[in-house]
Amino acid sequence: MPSPHTHGHDVGERLFVHRHSVIHRLPAEVKTVAMVAFIFTVIMTPPGQFWAFAFFALILVVVAVLARIPARVILPRMLVEVPFVFFALLMPFFGTGPTVEVLGLSLSQAGLLAGWGILIKGTLGVVSSILLAATTPARDLLMGLERLKVPELLVQIASFMLRYTHVVSDEMHRMKLARESRGFTATGIRSWPIIAQSGGALFIRSYERGERVHLAMLSRGYTGRLPQLVTVTTTASDWFTAMSLPSVGLIIALTAIWMGR
Amino acid sequence: MQIQSMQVHTMHIPDGFINAPTSAVAGVIAVIGIAICLNGARKQLDEKTAPLAGLVAVFIFAMQMLNFPVAAGTSGHLLGGALAVILIGPYAGALAVSVVILVQGLLFADGGLSAIGLNIINMGLVTAVVGWFVFRGLVKVIGVSRPKVMAAAFVAGLVTVPVSALAFVLEYAIGGTGTVPVSTVTFAMVGVHIVIGIGEGLITALTVGAVFLVRPDLVYGVHDRLPKKLLVTFNPVATPVNGS
Repeated sequence: MPSPHTHGHDVGERLFVHRHSVIHRLPAEVKTVAMVAFIFTVIMTPPGQFWAFAFFALILVVVAVLARIPARVILPRMLVEVPFVFFALLMPFFGTGPTVEVLGLSLSQAGLLAGWGILIKGTLGVVSSILLAATTPARDLLMGLERLKVPELLVQIASFMLRYTHVVSDEMHRMKLARESRGFTATGIRSWPIIAQSGGALFIRSYERGERVHLAMLSRGYTGRLPQLVTVTTTASDWFTAMSLPSVGLIIALTAIWMGR
Repeated sequence: MQIQSMQVHTMHIPDGFINAPTSAVAGVIAVIGIAICLNGARKQLDEKTAPLAGLVAVFIFAMQMLNFPVAAGTSGHLLGGALAVILIGPYAGALAVSVVILVQGLLFADGGLSAIGLNIINMGLVTAVVGWFVFRGLVKVIGVSRPKVMAAAFVAGLVTVPVSALAFVLEYAIGGTGTVPVSTVTFAMVGVHIVIGIGEGLITALTVGAVFLVRPDLVYGVHDRLPKKLLVTFNPVATPVNGS
């Protein structure tokens, strides 16, 4: 695919969908905690309680509507879950215990239930992550992690990764063009040494870029800490609004566990 | 190269695959592991840690998107755990891969948010420990030259993949929600991942070999064992830096 022109935008910014909504306005760390807690309530719910998952899905639909994130943004990004759909589909063929006939195939009931559980929980998880990334700029997400006491160094590494992904992937694209303009076509394992050579060159260039960036930062007074340009104040009501999501999730999960006993 | 077209990494565990308590405990273990790596990387790299580990994280992320054609339209790609530790050392290498997994989970919905701890353990921490000790152990025994370094990198790359799969099997045995018996999972996962591991070993060896040829000093796994000959002939000016 040709290199997209994304001047001044890092990779995370393209996932963000700009809107003015309650969800967008919430501070990043509040949203992150709420989403992770919500997903934990989803995964602790027994898969046999089908109604519970209908509620979970409904909650995410409400969040998407409130945030005004259209389905055409969410659905294509859900392709990421394709590999584990296959895994879930394998489950019914492996379970033990009673079986049912479906379209002439003898499938394990327990396996069907487990496969369904993996599929629906994975899907709800993917949609939750997509909503988080679509309503929160990538940089804010990382700054939010810092406010959650994630070590500053880790956040800095992740920020560098986001900031330079385009630079490095553009570089990789230029190397690919250069290879192809010299008549190279990748045809099986015999072409691996050539591709790996580009990989090696890419490492050296990335490493040296890291050194140059470091020197440039030192010359601007970097001492291992980055200045905070914006101060975000998180209020109790932000937490209250956001945590309503996992709170409802917890009620659903506990009810489902209680009913499933 | 378009990043937004979601790349498929079959080893990323989604939400709901491993139960909540196991996922939560894995999260705690991952936090401890990362804390150890942060400490170690800071000792090795000082305030250079953030830009260097950051750029190497981008490199690993980019390498994972580089397709290595196998045959008949199928292609493999690198996981990068062994490559990262061989090139920049165990702590910074593990950090770089862990950050890639964190960003993939948090931004690209690749790997569940509740499973980030599990994924960091399997692909960031376990591969770093195993890859590092296998590579260091081998170069200590067989010595340092380009073919020998490549051989050690091949074995390290190969071994990390099935071991990473075994870590997954262990998590599945403790808190898996599937009905496939653990023995079947073990057999299938390890079998498949030995095959994948051969590809990983080849890519790791070829890439390390390419770096070693031009900048042997940048292969951290042998930085203290380089023959004098290589140190004398090394000429930094000869390194291509165009496009920067």
